[in-house]
Amino acid sequence: MRGIQLSLNQTQKPRLERALERLESLSSKSNPNASVTVADTIPVNYEDGVLKGHGTSELDGQVVATLCGVVERVNKLVYVRALRARYKPEVGDIIVGRVMEVAPKRWRLEINFSQDAVLMLSSMNLPDGVQRRRTAVDELNMRTIFEENDVICAEVRGFQHDGSLHLQARSQKYGKLERGQLLTISPYLVKRRKQHFHHLEQYGIDLVLGCNGFIWVGEHVEAKDDMVEDQANKSEQQNSKSTSSPNLEEQEQTYTPLEIRQNICRTANAVRVLSNLGFNITVEAIMETVNLSSTLNLDIHEMLGAEFCVLTAEREAERRSMLTKRKG
Amino acid sequence: MEYVSPEGLRLDGRRPMEMRQLRAEIGAVAKADGSAVFEMGNTKVIAAVYGPREVQNRSQQMNDQALVRCEYSMANFSTGDRRRKPKGDRRSTEISLVIRQSMEACILTHLMPRSQIDIFVQVLQADGGTRSACINAATLALADAGIPMRDLVTSCSAGYLNTTPLLDLNYVEDSAGGPDVTVGILSKLDNVTLLQMDAKLPMDTFENVMQLAIEGCKAVANYIREVLQENTKQLEYRRGV
Repeated sequence: MRGIQLSLNQTQKPRLERALERLESLSSKSNPNASVTVADTIPVNYEDGVLKGHGTSELDGQVVATLCGVVERVNKLVYVRALRARYKPEVGDIIVGRVMEVAPKRWRLEINFSQDAVLMLSSMNLPDGVQRRRTAVDELNMRTIFEENDVICAEVRGFQHDGSLHLQARSQKYGKLERGQLLTISPYLVKRRKQHFHHLEQYGIDLVLGCNGFIWVGEHVEAKDDMVEDQANKSEQQNSKSTSSPNLEEQEQTYTPLEIRQNICRTANAVRVLSNLGFNITVEAIMETVNLSSTLNLDIHEMLGAEFCVLTAEREAERRSMLTKRKG
Repeated sequence: MEYVSPEGLRLDGRRPMEMRQLRAEIGAVAKADGSAVFEMGNTKVIAAVYGPREVQNRSQQMNDQALVRCEYSMANFSTGDRRRKPKGDRRSTEISLVIRQSMEACILTHLMPRSQIDIFVQVLQADGGTRSACINAATLALADAGIPMRDLVTSCSAGYLNTTPLLDLNYVEDSAGGPDVTVGILSKLDNVTLLQMDAKLPMDTFENVMQLAIEGCKAVANYIREVLQENTKQLEYRRGV
């Protein structure tokens, strides 16, 4: 079941209800009666020259919603912003996806969109960092870069003529995500921002908030741009690498310290709690939730319990009322 | 047998033009894009919608519209006598088709080309009117999944027993062998998307019965709208700004 599925005890239940009521009263002040359901008429005051955007259609000269959501107006444009829906890509969005298929010269990624997205071999940097034409050999070696079921981070490049969605990964920050957890939440909870990659230094983890509602929490990896490095220098390194025992090195590579693993789990649980409650997912909100859990000395698994859920809701209500007070 | 008592009460104590109690809940399946449970009295149906998503069978892909699929099934424990029903028997194939067609009539499929929408409905408790309950549940689940629709399809059945038109037949009344009219309408557009009847009815009584069923559909539509409105409001205020 979606949403809050916890057995709340007698004191927790009214507390949660009170917190949610408070949230409701806070939001209803700012934006009353803007929510519509399918086939509701949207009142338009100036009749002439209304631009009907997404989620609307015309019926007998009236603007009618085709989605459940919130009516938004920008000058003459009227559209309905859907809440729970699949991801709608926009050019430049940073997304996290999973490889479904390795096809000729491309990977197909599941990104919670109505079709699979396409990542062309030519629209990503090769791991050796050299800029060159992709050869048939590169094509054969595609599985060494990404395999099926790998989790990948990329950027939306745009729609092709045939309607397919193309991605690109032209920087070292994009690419395969390893040693962490992938969380799937509703995309409407993730807001588009300047920064979607976050390095939480005190925990040694990386947080990628994909616009498509896929969230990656993983061990921090140092993003180094291979292209800047001297070519000759690197080949030397490679030679020295091959001489040392590969087994030991491999072990070292796959090892994640326990503390970092716990941090990953704690952060992931924070995201779970917030998305269960239906709160917006931002780094600040996640960090606050993580801090709250660690100041309360809660175990990681206790974060998914009823008490923490209520506490998070109460704190969010507190935070939002502070915000509106400051504005007022 | 007497289905309407001289006092004008039916077997389960309802008036002839009274519906059973409705209950709907959104978000019953965690991993689905949209889901709902819909109850009409003792009939209980769960629906889950997946998509729009990549078409599984490439040969079925359409370049100008979405592919809508529907699967209806009845849980083994849904009826009085527990029996294992073979998947894909004639009855469930027919109902799958009926649900798919009435849903296709309201989904704006041209907005989601090269994709597929899967609707799964399962009857958890059967007490007559499963067809209508399935359509209502599917509508709710589609709206929850954020799939653009022309209007909400709602459905309700009506029958004619003891020379009285009866709204929303239950299992006992349904198995009496009288006529059973199932109507599905788009409430805002006032279009009929589904009309099924077994047995025969004279023309003038048929019109009365159908009118009664349409009234039932409108009542269901009002209820569904309320549920959706409440759900949207809740999502919006929880999200905050």
